[in-house]
Amino acid sequence: MPVEPLNETPSQTAGPYVHIGTYPSSAGLNVRTQEKPNVLAAASTKGERIRIEGAIYDGAGSIVTDAMIELWQADADGKFPGIWGRAVSDFKTGLWFFETVKPGATRTKAGAAEAPFATLMVFARGINIHLHTRMYFADETAANAADPTLKAVAEPHLQKTLLAARATRDGQTVYRFDIRLQGEGETVFFDI
Amino acid sequence: MENGEFYRRDRAWHPPGFSLDYRSTSLRSPRRALLSLGQSPADLSGPVFGHGMLDPLDHDLIRNFGTGDEAIGERIVVHGRVIDQNGRPVPNTLIEIWQANAGGRYRHVRDGYVAALDPNFGGCGRVLSDAEGKYAFRTIRPGPYPFRNNGSDWRPAHIHISLFGQAFAQRLITQFYFEGDPLIAKCPIANTIRDRAALDMLVAKLDLENQGPFDHLTYRFDIVLRGRRSTFFENRPEGN
Ligand SMILES: [Fe+3]
Repeated sequence: MPVEPLNETPSQTAGPYVHIGTYPSSAGLNVRTQEKPNVLAAASTKGERIRIEGAIYDGAGSIVTDAMIELWQADADGKFPGIWGRAVSDFKTGLWFFETVKPGATRTKAGAAEAPFATLMVFARGINIHLHTRMYFADETAANAADPTLKAVAEPHLQKTLLAARATRDGQTVYRFDIRLQGEGETVFFDI
Repeated sequence: MENGEFYRRDRAWHPPGFSLDYRSTSLRSPRRALLSLGQSPADLSGPVFGHGMLDPLDHDLIRNFGTGDEAIGERIVVHGRVIDQNGRPVPNTLIEIWQANAGGRYRHVRDGYVAALDPNFGGCGRVLSDAEGKYAFRTIRPGPYPFRNNGSDWRPAHIHISLFGQAFAQRLITQFYFEGDPLIAKCPIANTIRDRAALDMLVAKLDLENQGPFDHLTYRFDIVLRGRRSTFFENRPEGN
């Protein structure tokens, strides 16, 4: 084993055509059309069905319509390896969504209880290295109050950028999570 | 045992969020500093992909668009090894690639570049690394293309590449270039990386020894993903 760790291969932007390699049917390619990487809850998947949706805004308040978003979450029992998904911003509206189940509560390596959350990563043109954030569920008030990450964020206006509000639409539970890349209401991003 | 946390990402080695000469970063780079946290089970685990998801032609972009005919262009094989910062192979990891065709045009509803589409080229592929971290795919060398930035800047020939590693903390999407291309030094996106030695890691090297006779040129591109500290040494001040 080397005494000094090797240097990591550096990142480059995923670019405006990220869809070709990651979700080709969304770019108009007639390949892998049976894959629906943003629909994650099969009939056999345990847990409460939810939809997570949102838009991404840039520093001028414009909606980003070319991003690719990845999700990684615990299963309904709070276990990893968990549930992975990938969505793209709609080319017109910018809306992205996942059909998934609500993750269970997890624990840090040190054993502290974590509130349920989903890790989200954003890749797009103009993003040199992907942005890493976490989405928490606003209705989990007690668990959120005790969560070590949310406590580390501290200021309420910053915490708010990590909370998704719960609503019901056509009988379906929908959590809305908007991501602001820069400026007013800028989402908290992590260096993990 | 390597089951400690991953080494911190060296953010000065990676490109910064904001790069003056790459204009798309100006409204898409956070202004607040990233919040540094300990790694939790969500970061130390990751999705597992198996051979079951792969089509036999996924690693062959010359043929995988499925028309029965082959793509036009300079035929190349790209191969290499995926290792971690400790020099250990990263086996069975999903590698996804996408690229423009030989004329510099992407098969994407939003690419309106004047170069013609190649009816036999889709431009996406994927492969799993083997037990030793090795991977290979066959394609055509992509063409350079202009993009709107400072007037019209040109992208050097490049292939986009996405890697998962074995934990979400290792996730990486990057691009690689081709040895000897004069456009690399002039590209505002390549130059978001400030250290020459870092950019050099993204240049695939011509590998004449592994060339396919009368069939293709071979390039070698090795990849280093983040490595984990060994918990055994974790408390020693000098680290690993
Ligand atoms: Fe490109």
